[in-house]
Amino acid sequence: MKKYTYTEKIDTRSGFGAGLTELGRTNPNVVALCADLVGSLKMQDFINENPERFFQIGIAEANMMGIAAGLTIGGKIPFTGTFANFSTGRVYDQIRQSIAYSDKNVKICASHAGLTLGEDGATHQILEDIGLMKMLPGMTVINPCDFNQTKAATIAIAEHEGPVYLRFGRPAVPNFTPADQKFEIGKAVKINEGSDVTIIATGHLVWEAILAGEKLAEQGISADILDIHTIKPLDEEAILASVGKTGCVVTAEEHNFLGGLGESVARTLAQNTPAPQEFVATQDTFGESGTPAQLMDKYGLNSEAIVKAVTKVLKRK
Amino acid sequence: MPDTQQLNDLTTQVRRDIVRMVHKVNSGHPGGSLGCTEFLVALYNEIMEVDTNFKMDGINEDLFFLSNGHISPVFYSVLARKGYFPVEELNTFRLLDSRLQGHPTTHEGLPGVRIASGSLGQGMSVALGAALAKKLNNDTHTVYSLHGDGELQEGQNWEAIMYAAGNKVDNYIATIDLNGQQIDGATDDVLPMGSIRQKFEAFGWDVMEVEKGNDLEAVIAGLKEAKSRTGKGKPVCILLHTIMGNGVDFMMGTHAWHGKAPNDEQLEKALAQNPETLGDY
Repeated sequence: MKKYTYTEKIDTRSGFGAGLTELGRTNPNVVALCADLVGSLKMQDFINENPERFFQIGIAEANMMGIAAGLTIGGKIPFTGTFANFSTGRVYDQIRQSIAYSDKNVKICASHAGLTLGEDGATHQILEDIGLMKMLPGMTVINPCDFNQTKAATIAIAEHEGPVYLRFGRPAVPNFTPADQKFEIGKAVKINEGSDVTIIATGHLVWEAILAGEKLAEQGISADILDIHTIKPLDEEAILASVGKTGCVVTAEEHNFLGGLGESVARTLAQNTPAPQEFVATQDTFGESGTPAQLMDKYGLNSEAIVKAVTKVLKRK
Repeated sequence: MPDTQQLNDLTTQVRRDIVRMVHKVNSGHPGGSLGCTEFLVALYNEIMEVDTNFKMDGINEDLFFLSNGHISPVFYSVLARKGYFPVEELNTFRLLDSRLQGHPTTHEGLPGVRIASGSLGQGMSVALGAALAKKLNNDTHTVYSLHGDGELQEGQNWEAIMYAAGNKVDNYIATIDLNGQQIDGATDDVLPMGSIRQKFEAFGWDVMEVEKGNDLEAVIAGLKEAKSRTGKGKPVCILLHTIMGNGVDFMMGTHAWHGKAPNDEQLEKALAQNPETLGDY
């Protein structure tokens, strides 16, 4: 198992903030909008440096999505910022008609996704957003795994023409990807070469997949691990190559198993080379209040759950 | 600028286009389309500076957004007769593989359309975004939008109305088609909205009324007045009093023709009341 280390634990939303700040300096067409969550989205540095390119919309997410769509008509590249729940489910029809169907170059940037939002509870812990967004024709869906990757993704999507959903989170997590790693939309990152089982993870579960890979190595099980930061378009080639080698797969995500990364992987395999698959994901349930660690443990979204799923899937080979 | 006779001829021809389009496919929305014919004819031919060599970003042009997308027949006819696309294409309205979808969309690349609309209540936010982009671009042109009165029942409008005044988006003129009708009946019966004027004023808009919204000269004068009120720190609202189905006597003033096409006999009656002026498509 390849050794991974990290210098600090830091939230992925700060990676977004850092990426947005850099874009403010390098791309004059980038504008930012926020629905009363500037601090939570780490947008203050961008605002300080580019006050004229920032729009405080207030608690009115539907209006924010429409304004963002309109700003593209003057050649701007709008980045909207609010929680994942309010970036998707609350404004689905606005995104569908005014952004996706209208093919507007809006970057929907969503923080506090999933259970790791923690104590605020299920009203704010969206576990359906990947599914909602990947179903929209033309929408790119990205869920980076750490600070560096989120920063790189934020910068990369400004160069991509078309609507993007960028999903990140609140908790401090290991920052382990190289700061200079190029972010390629739609390209999987190979975390580890292995031969017994494929582990495909996205977002916060990528680090858990690394921890699982270390534990599995101790048991003599060799895991091929992919970081799939782009859920749509999916890197089918990388997935098929890996599962073609290992013959079974565990997918891991901080999302409902309905509609998430796992289903996208399952569809890819079903259409090509079907293989046994286990899903580390929430099981069609809402979340609840608790610390992020407690919740990830209770709902089975950590390295222990991945190891268990690997043990199960290996028996089905 | 076209003279009065030319504008009257165009208005009559657009009405013919509307009823012929919806008759052919036995679907579509003639009522609101006919009610807004004078408004759109005036806006595109007397008021706005536009380039019919269509560019999506609309920089250095006036822009129009149709929020109540179901009145696509009048929008398509006015765009075609302005020169955005061939008038013959009106013949494809609502047909398979057409750029003239049931509700307007950018998806098929129809020149003149900058946003999809149909799901109601979204157009004002989009228009605001375009107006803000104009300010960022130091582009002094004006953004216009049209909304149904029933459409104001959608909550997103009030988010946008609040934002526009709070942020002094004063390069923007929103027009409300005040015909008092919606699909299920009179707006006062379906969901009474009280005074729309007072509501806009309470939110901080500069509100003006055009009482004769189906009188070309009154509409032109109203739009010019509205234009003169831009740039003064407030968004401008025109309450345009129209008659749904205007110009076809049996369709006038009732919600019955909101989303219903005329039969062959009714088409003949409607066309007889609006004789061909500029040539049918």
